[in-house]
Amino acid sequence: MQTALFIEQLLNGLQLGVMLFLMAAGLTLIFGVMGLINLTHGSLYMVGAFACAAVAAWTGSFWLGLIASLAAAAAAGAVVELLVIRRLYGRDHLDQVLATFALILVFSEGTRWLFGSFPLYLDIPPLLSGAVSLPGGAQYPLYRLAIIAVGVLVAVGLWLLISRTRLGMRIRAGESDREMIGALGVDVATLYTLVFALGAALAGLAGAMVGAIQSVQVGMGEPVLILAFVVIVIGGIGSIKGALVGALLVGLVDTMGRFLLPQAFGLVMNASQAGLVGGAIASMLIYLLMAVILAVRPRGLFAAQG
Amino acid sequence: MKKIVAAAVLGLAMGVSGLAFAEPVKIGLITTTSGGGAGLGVDVRDAFQLAIKQSGNAEITVIVEDDGQKPELAVQIADKMVQSDQVDLMTGIIWSNLAMAVVPSVTAQDIIYLSPNAGPSPLAGAGCSPNYFNVAYQNDNFHEAMGQYANGEYKKVFIMAPNYPAGTDSLTGFKRYYKGELAGEVYTQLGQTDYAAEIAQIRASGADGVFVFLPGGMGIAFTKQYAQSGVGIPLMGPAFSFSQDVLGAIGDAALGVKNSASWSNDLDNPANKAFVESFKAAYGRLPSVYAAQAFDTANLILSAVGKASVKDKDAFRAALKAADFASVRGKFKFNTNQHPIQDIYVREVVKVGDVLTNKIIGTAFTDHGDAYAKDCKM
Amino acid sequence: MAMRREHLVNAAIALLLLAVPLWASWAGQNFYVTLATRIAILALAAVGLNIALGLGGLVSFGHAAFFGIGGYVAGILASHAVSGAPLLGFLPGTKLMPVIWIVAILASGFVAAAIGAISLRTGGVYFIMITLAFAQMIFYFALSWPAYGGEDGLSIMLRNAFPGVNTLRPLPFFLICYTLLSLGLLLFALIRGSRFGAALQAARQNEVRTASVGIAPFRIRLVAFTISGMVTGVAGALFADLNRFVSPSMLSWHMSGELIVLIVLGGVGRLYGPVVGAALYVVLEYWLGGITERWQFFLGLVLLGVVLFARGGIVGLLAGRARHD
Repeated sequence: MQTALFIEQLLNGLQLGVMLFLMAAGLTLIFGVMGLINLTHGSLYMVGAFACAAVAAWTGSFWLGLIASLAAAAAAGAVVELLVIRRLYGRDHLDQVLATFALILVFSEGTRWLFGSFPLYLDIPPLLSGAVSLPGGAQYPLYRLAIIAVGVLVAVGLWLLISRTRLGMRIRAGESDREMIGALGVDVATLYTLVFALGAALAGLAGAMVGAIQSVQVGMGEPVLILAFVVIVIGGIGSIKGALVGALLVGLVDTMGRFLLPQAFGLVMNASQAGLVGGAIASMLIYLLMAVILAVRPRGLFAAQG
Repeated sequence: MKKIVAAAVLGLAMGVSGLAFAEPVKIGLITTTSGGGAGLGVDVRDAFQLAIKQSGNAEITVIVEDDGQKPELAVQIADKMVQSDQVDLMTGIIWSNLAMAVVPSVTAQDIIYLSPNAGPSPLAGAGCSPNYFNVAYQNDNFHEAMGQYANGEYKKVFIMAPNYPAGTDSLTGFKRYYKGELAGEVYTQLGQTDYAAEIAQIRASGADGVFVFLPGGMGIAFTKQYAQSGVGIPLMGPAFSFSQDVLGAIGDAALGVKNSASWSNDLDNPANKAFVESFKAAYGRLPSVYAAQAFDTANLILSAVGKASVKDKDAFRAALKAADFASVRGKFKFNTNQHPIQDIYVREVVKVGDVLTNKIIGTAFTDHGDAYAKDCKM
Repeated sequence: MAMRREHLVNAAIALLLLAVPLWASWAGQNFYVTLATRIAILALAAVGLNIALGLGGLVSFGHAAFFGIGGYVAGILASHAVSGAPLLGFLPGTKLMPVIWIVAILASGFVAAAIGAISLRTGGVYFIMITLAFAQMIFYFALSWPAYGGEDGLSIMLRNAFPGVNTLRPLPFFLICYTLLSLGLLLFALIRGSRFGAALQAARQNEVRTASVGIAPFRIRLVAFTISGMVTGVAGALFADLNRFVSPSMLSWHMSGELIVLIVLGGVGRLYGPVVGAALYVVLEYWLGGITERWQFFLGLVLLGVVLFARGGIVGLLAGRARHD
């Protein structure tokens, strides 16, 4: 029974990591190419979830909702880039923090304006409901396995995009030298809008998929945003590989910490106390991990650039 | 017969309020109408204003302000209402931590505060105040009721709550009445939205019942994931995770869940029938337990306004304490610490037509007070 | 020329922040005194951050940690003074503001030195994020640590005392906060004009050159970061006294973000930038909150407008470009 539980928890950690990767990939790409700190990324995650829930409620199809979430988040991303973000590339990080902080307020309240004050309903599609038997006798929800699969597909897709396509070449060029690429005759403005929309679409996809198992409500993006930042800093800002490794690390450490720490403390104190103390330390664990990694490697595990 | 008596009481209340002191009364309502927790505040505001409107008392003004669920902002608004608007009464706060920030200093300034939702234990015990009336519940009440209910149903219960004061109070309250064995006791992170790790533990624990206290988005997320996981061990909790404001978002995953509250849509008394009908007519949705508590708060104030001048604090407090109003909860009176003595019901989530709602299936406590009243010296 | 104009603008702001509450108190509008007190305290917290951020270029996204620690020092000492139980078994509590401030300075300075010693090894965005991480750790600790109320926070029933002053009345308490804000501004100006400040600003502009002339940027930055945390810590103690309440929300990342917002709104590195930023933010929050339920939407739009169209913040708009731009 313990092995089965352990395997299940490992999968849970993996699934959380994959979800974080979807968020972190866009964030790290946007930073790597444009040098922008984008606090709005959590809002785009929320936009994806709301779009999926609204379209799924209207058409009855989760899949149409999923497509809508990609489209809505990409569109919202592109609009924000054209209207606001574009003016911030040359600025220092402070202006970017303030502007995107302001955008969070606008997005959150705007979403509530459109969709009302109550959380929305979004369920997983019937095709993916149910559970799969694991070796050792445990059951694991099919939908969560699907999330892991989507994460792997996106990781492979991004790798192909960046290493094999023309767009990817430009993205890499933009990462290594921002001034050069304009001189090479690449339409930098369009490239930036595309990269931003791509990152937004990934965030929206994550929001829609997670919305089906969590709650679709205003402010849902903020905790994820902070975690995604932790991920890209651990991995090394600008590095997709770093984002993947960082995401899996954070996912596993967080899940296993929540699972194992209370049990460990249970060996030396009573169950109720152990739950409290273990839970408290588990909630600080990933920040501790980040501090340790940065203390040893100040530019993260796979530093791409500064 | 019951109906006639109730109608007579209602008539009496109206008759008395006809003789109301013709003086302006200013009520400050601080609640959460922006951000993720806005649904609860909107229900409180709407129900409160509905009751005031129905009374036809034009002398009453209600000043509504949004606290954004931030304690600092709530304090600032409270200062403004006391110093600038010079309100006579205050009410509206949803969350315990905001209540703890505002209530002690407001009541110390001799302003009467009536709580339509939160009931933190310090304010019920040693920190009670003649100026503080709780019209909702003491925080432990609903959890205690679930503990009492679980005694008759389960032998080994898994219990879980977020790691913060209301969470530890919740599990303490549950354990105060539950006499069986515990299959596990888990504290989660506040604001956590993924419960895969905890659900795996529940599955492995060998429990025959699961009690969770996870308000707001946490409850929505947990209930959906729990249903999807197919664990199938019966789920129960206080009303906060299964109230009307979130049932729509949880969907069918909530069907069959048992939860405890002092009120339900289907509670059979004339005041409640009138309330549910008029709330639906006015806002196009079913009221939540928060709406019911706010409606009662407003009617309690109206009953006191009919009897005493709000400027005469002693008389007005006495009028409030009499609780001489037709509660949508049927019967309602105040304990020595000015917290409710009321019945607490066990409800089940059911589908009526295609709307999810709660139905009363039993009574956990009759005339239930709270464990802290004995520490209150007034 | 621009310098002299900035002096005039500063003097006008200082006078205005003093005159409005005096007038309000005379007119019996005590709430405006409270609002001005809030402005002064938030401004002091941001002045602290401005030492690290404006002079040293150290974008700390974790200053809520020091703000909250100051607040908890006030709350914890006061609660022990009321209950009579000694802290850690031997330290008596106190309700005396000067003592509380000194403890707040020591506590937040100690934590700032520890956080700085690790964080300053990194730079740029990594520094932003590692300071955030440390603040989040302290936030979660306060949230789940039951001894002082956890998420419910800690009430200070009666505002702490200052010898010879009735702190319960709004105006005297405002004057205390205003005095401390003035001292904070003086400290900022002194640091900016000192050799230490020159080295700090040189390290921001060119790290390699600073190191080559024999100045160790790390140690200078660590000292600046620690002083910065101390000033913000004092502001936190005052904030707890203003609200008569302290809770983990003082430690949240929103608070860190707000402090940065105050500085950018007013003007980075400007002496009176934080004061103008705090005034604008608090007044906007109050005024918009009064007219619409959607106030956060419009607050966001206003902030966006400032960052896009008023580069250099409000002070920059009023007084012209800063000399070190």
